[in-house]
Amino acid sequence: MKKLGHVAAGSLIAFAASIGAAQADKLTFYCSAQEDWCQLMARSFEDATGIDVNMTRKSSGETFAQIRAESSNPKGDVWWGGTGDPHLQAAEEGLTMEYVSPMRDQLHDWAISQAESAGNKTIGIYSGALGYGYNADLLAANNLPEPACWKDLLKPEFKGHVQMANPNSSGTAYTTLASMVQIFGEDEGFDFMKGLHTNINQYTKSGSAPIKAAGRGENTVGIVFMHDAVKQAVSGFPIKVVAPCEGTGYEIGSMSIIDGARNVDEAKKFYDWALSTDAQNLALEVNAFQVPSNKGAETSASAPDMSTIKLIDYDFKKYGSSDERKRLLQKWDEEVSVLPQ
Amino acid sequence: MTDDTSKKTPPVLIFWIIAGWVGYCLLPWYMVEDGLWSFRWVLDGYPFDEDVAPGLFLIAQGEKLWLAPLLIPLTLPLLVLRCPKSDPLYAKVLILAGALGFGWLIAQGFSIGIRGFNFDWLKSAFGDLGDRQFGMGYGAMICAASFLFLLTQGIAARGAINGDVFVVSAVGGVITIVTAFVFFPIAKMLFAAFVTEDGAYSLSVFASKFFDDRLWGLGCFWGARCGAAWNSLILAILVGIITTVLGLAFALVVTRSGFRYKRALRALTVLPIITPPFVIGLALILLFGLSGTVTQFFADLFGTQPTRWLYGMPGVLIAQTLAFTPIAFLVLIGVVEGVSPSMEEAAQTLRANRWQTFRTVSLPLMRPGLANAFLLGFIESMADFGNPLVLGGNFDVLSTEIFFAIVGAQYDQGRAAVLAMVLLFFTLSAFYAQRVWLGRKSYTTVTGKGDAGVHPLMPVGLSMPVLLVALGWALFTIVVYAMIIYGSVVELWGVNNTLTFKHYVTAFSVRIEAEGIRWTGAAWDSFWTTITIAALAAPLTAAVGLVTAYLLTRQSFAGKNAFEFGTMLSFAIPGTVIGVSYILAFNVPPIEITGTGVILVISFIFRNMPVGVRAGIASMSQLDKSLDESSLTLGANSWQTFRRVILPLLRPAILAALVYSFVRAMTAISAVIFLVSAEYDMATSYIIGRVENNDYGLAIAYSTTLIFVMLSVVAFMQFVVGRTQIGRRMSQSRTNV
Repeated sequence: MKKLGHVAAGSLIAFAASIGAAQADKLTFYCSAQEDWCQLMARSFEDATGIDVNMTRKSSGETFAQIRAESSNPKGDVWWGGTGDPHLQAAEEGLTMEYVSPMRDQLHDWAISQAESAGNKTIGIYSGALGYGYNADLLAANNLPEPACWKDLLKPEFKGHVQMANPNSSGTAYTTLASMVQIFGEDEGFDFMKGLHTNINQYTKSGSAPIKAAGRGENTVGIVFMHDAVKQAVSGFPIKVVAPCEGTGYEIGSMSIIDGARNVDEAKKFYDWALSTDAQNLALEVNAFQVPSNKGAETSASAPDMSTIKLIDYDFKKYGSSDERKRLLQKWDEEVSVLPQ
Repeated sequence: MTDDTSKKTPPVLIFWIIAGWVGYCLLPWYMVEDGLWSFRWVLDGYPFDEDVAPGLFLIAQGEKLWLAPLLIPLTLPLLVLRCPKSDPLYAKVLILAGALGFGWLIAQGFSIGIRGFNFDWLKSAFGDLGDRQFGMGYGAMICAASFLFLLTQGIAARGAINGDVFVVSAVGGVITIVTAFVFFPIAKMLFAAFVTEDGAYSLSVFASKFFDDRLWGLGCFWGARCGAAWNSLILAILVGIITTVLGLAFALVVTRSGFRYKRALRALTVLPIITPPFVIGLALILLFGLSGTVTQFFADLFGTQPTRWLYGMPGVLIAQTLAFTPIAFLVLIGVVEGVSPSMEEAAQTLRANRWQTFRTVSLPLMRPGLANAFLLGFIESMADFGNPLVLGGNFDVLSTEIFFAIVGAQYDQGRAAVLAMVLLFFTLSAFYAQRVWLGRKSYTTVTGKGDAGVHPLMPVGLSMPVLLVALGWALFTIVVYAMIIYGSVVELWGVNNTLTFKHYVTAFSVRIEAEGIRWTGAAWDSFWTTITIAALAAPLTAAVGLVTAYLLTRQSFAGKNAFEFGTMLSFAIPGTVIGVSYILAFNVPPIEITGTGVILVISFIFRNMPVGVRAGIASMSQLDKSLDESSLTLGANSWQTFRRVILPLLRPAILAALVYSFVRAMTAISAVIFLVSAEYDMATSYIIGRVENNDYGLAIAYSTTLIFVMLSVVAFMQFVVGRTQIGRRMSQSRTNV
C-alpha cells in the first residue's frame, strides 16, 4: 500500500517539478545586525550559492529570546550578528551547535578565542570598541570642556549631560560596567559608576539610544560602542567620537548555528561564507563601522582606527558567564542605581 | 418552530456531520509545510504521502494509529439522523459523539508531539512510541470544529438556553477559541513565574520577584524613584480620565453643537489612532525636547536654560493622551448619538432647562460609554509600549520593564511573568470597578417605539469650555501632524532641512517594465504583507467581537462572568507578553503556527477583539430587548434576529470594531516584533528597524504613507458599513420644526 502510494506520489512529484514547483535548498537566517546589512548578506549569499534565504532581523536580545522559546522545535538555522554575550549565553544553554569552520586560519585571534571560550559553538565576525560620543554644538552651547578620558565624565559641570543605557536591559551598558571593573579594578570601577550616576540624566533601555539622543540634540554625551557614534557622525549629526585615554573594552559580534537546525548543511555553507573576505567586505557598502574578523577584509576609512585605541584584555569567558553577570548587575542595582542623583 | 421542521434532520447537523467526514477523509490531516494558502500538496504526493495524507489514508496505511478511534464519534451521529430532535437519544448521542471526538483530539494532540510522547508517564506505560506528529492541519481543524458543533447541538437539543442552536454554538465556539488563543498561551507564560533556574517549580522564586523594590518602591515621595507598578497605575488613571473627558468633549461638539467644521474635527480625532507608534513621540521630541522648537523659543524668550522636562511622566502622558483620545471618542460618539432624544425632550417638557437635562438625563445615560472609554484608556495606557520607550526617561512602567526582562541583558522570563501578573491585576481591577459603578441600572434608550426627535444642544455654560478644549486639542494635533509630514520631506530631520522627496522614492519606487510593474521600493514587501494581514484580521475581529458582545448582553448562561473576563484578558496583557506566550504555545503541536501569517492574524484578532466587544456592549445595552423579543415572537430565530435587527442597529459599533482592528493591525508593534518572520514582515517592525538605523526620514515617510492609506481605508469602511438609520429627524430639519 505504502509502496503504491510512493509510486503514485513519485509521478506526481515529477509532474509538479515539471511545472516549476521543485524544492530549492533553503536557509532560515536570523540576523541581529542593522537591517540593510542583513538584507545585503542574505541577497549576496543567495547570489553566491543559489540557496534561498529567509531572513528575519531582530535585535540580539529578541533573537535570543526567540531561539530559546523555539528550542523544542527550532525554526532558525543560523544566527549572525549582534553582540557576543547572548551568543555565549546561547552556547552555555546548549541552544547552539558546535562547528569548526575551515576558514578559521584566516581570522584574527580575538575571533578564535571567542569561539574557544564557548566550546566552538560561536565565532567572532566583527568587533567594536566601547567609547563615547558627544554633540559638539551642545558642548559649546553649555561651555563644557572637551572630554577625552572616562574620568572627564565625572566632572561636576557634566551633571545632567551624560547618558548611558541601563545595564539590566542593555548588553552595551553591561559591557561598560564590566569594562570599568576591568580597567579600574572592582572597587574603583564601582566608585566610577557611582560618580557617573550623579551626572547621568537618563538610563535608556536600548544600548545605542544615548548617542541617537545626542545626535538629535536631546543629550550631550552618550556612552556607546564607537561604531554607533561614527554612524551618527557620518549620517550628518554633529557628533564627535572619543576613544577614552584610560583604555576601553570591546564587544565581539558573533555567529552561531542553531542546535537542531533543519538545514544544517546550508547553515554551515553560510557560516564559512560569512567568514570570507568577500562577505566581510560587504560591511563597507552599508556604513557598518565595525572591524571585520577576517584578517584580509578591509575596514572603512571612517571607522575608528583600532591600532590607536588602547584596548584592554577583556575577559569574555569570565564576564560573559551568567553568574558573574548576575553578581555585577545585582551589585550595581544595590549600590549605584539607588543613589540620589 | 413548527412541528414540521422538528421531524426533519436539521440542515446544520447534516452540514457538520459532512464537514467532519470531509476533514477526516479528504483533507490533509497535518499542517502542510508550505503554508495555509499554498495548494501545492494537491500535486505533491496527495493522498498517500504521510505529510499531506488525510486521517483515513494514514490509518489505512497503518500510520498514526492513534487517529483511528476518531471513527467512532464520526459514525455515532449518523445513528440519530432519523431521530426527531425532541428524542432524548438525539441529544445524548450528539453530546457523546462531540465530547468524545473533541476530547480525543485534544488528548492525542497534547500527548504525542514531535518527539513522541510528551509525558513521562505515557512513556513508562506504553514504552517509546517510535513515531511523532506535527501540528494540526486543515483536516484536523475541520474535524475539531465538527465535533465541537455536534456537541453544542446536542447540548441545545437538551434544552440549554431555550434550545437555541445558534446561541449555544456561538457560546461554545467563542469559549473554544478564547481558550485556545488566550487562556492557553497566557497560562503557559505565567507558569514561568514559578520556575526556578534549574526548571523546578517553586513559590519562593515568585515571592522574591514579586516583592521587588523596583516594582513597589515608593521612593518618589522623597526624591528617589517609584516602582514601576505605581508609575503605571498613576499614569493609567490619569490617561483614562483625560482621554475620557477629551473624548466626551469631542463627541459633544460633533453631535450637540452648532459647530460648523464637525467633519474636519471628526477626521482629526481619528488621526492619532492611525499613526504608527513612536512617530508621535519623535514629533513631540522635536517640539518640546531639549533642542525642540518650542523649548528653544521659550528659552530664548525668557532667557532660561532649556530642560529635559519632556522625558518622563509628562511626555508619556501627553503622547498617550494624543494617541488614545480617539479610542474614547469612538466609543463615546456611538453612545452619545444613541441617547434617545425623546427622554431629553421629555425632560425639557417637564420644564428642565438645558443644563438640568444634560446633567440629570443625558450624562447618566452616557455612563456605559464613559465607563467603557475610561476602561479602554486605562488598559491601553497600561499596555502601551512605544511611547514609554521613546519618552519615558527614567520613568519606568510595567510594559517596558516586561519587554526588557525578556529581551534585555537579563533574560528573566520569570520576572516578566511576575510583572505581567501585576499588570493583569491592575487592569482586571479596573474592569471590576467599572462593573460595580455601572451597577444593574438600565441604559436602554433605543426601543421599538417611535423615537423621532432631535438632540438638544449643549447648555451654553458647557458648550463654551467644551468647544475650547476640543479646538485647543485639535490645534495641537494639527501642529504635531504638520511636524510629521514636514519630517518626511526633509533631508535629515532636525539637522539638515533641505526639502526632498528621496525618502518616498527609496521606500515606494516602482518601475514599469515590459512584463508589468516592478515594485522596486524598499518598503513594498512589508507594506503588502501588512495590508493583507490587516484586511484579513479586521472583519474577523469585528465578527468575533460583536458575536461575543451579543452573547454577553443578550443571553444568560452559566459562567457568563468568567466568559466576559476571558474575552477582556488578552487586551489587558501587553503585546510583548502575548508575543512571547504565542511563541511558547504555538511553536509545538497540536497548534503549530509560528513563522506563518496565520499567527499574526490570530494575534491581532484576540488582541483587538475586546474593543469590538466593548463597543458592541456599549451600543447593545442601549437597544431595548423588546426589539429582539418582537422579532422572536414573529417567528424569527435568534440568528435571524441578530442579523436582521441587532446588526443593522449596531453599525457604529461595527465600524468602530472594523476600523480599530484594521488600524491596530497596521500600527501594533509590541506583539508583532516576536511574531514576524522572514516571509511575513510587518510595516511597524520594518519602521523600527529604520529608526534604529538612523533612517528617520525613511521611517517617517513610510509612517506618513501608512497614515494616508489608513485614512482612505477608514473612509471606505465608513462608506460600506453606512450609518445607522434610527429613524430620527435629521438635524437639518430642525428649522422646519
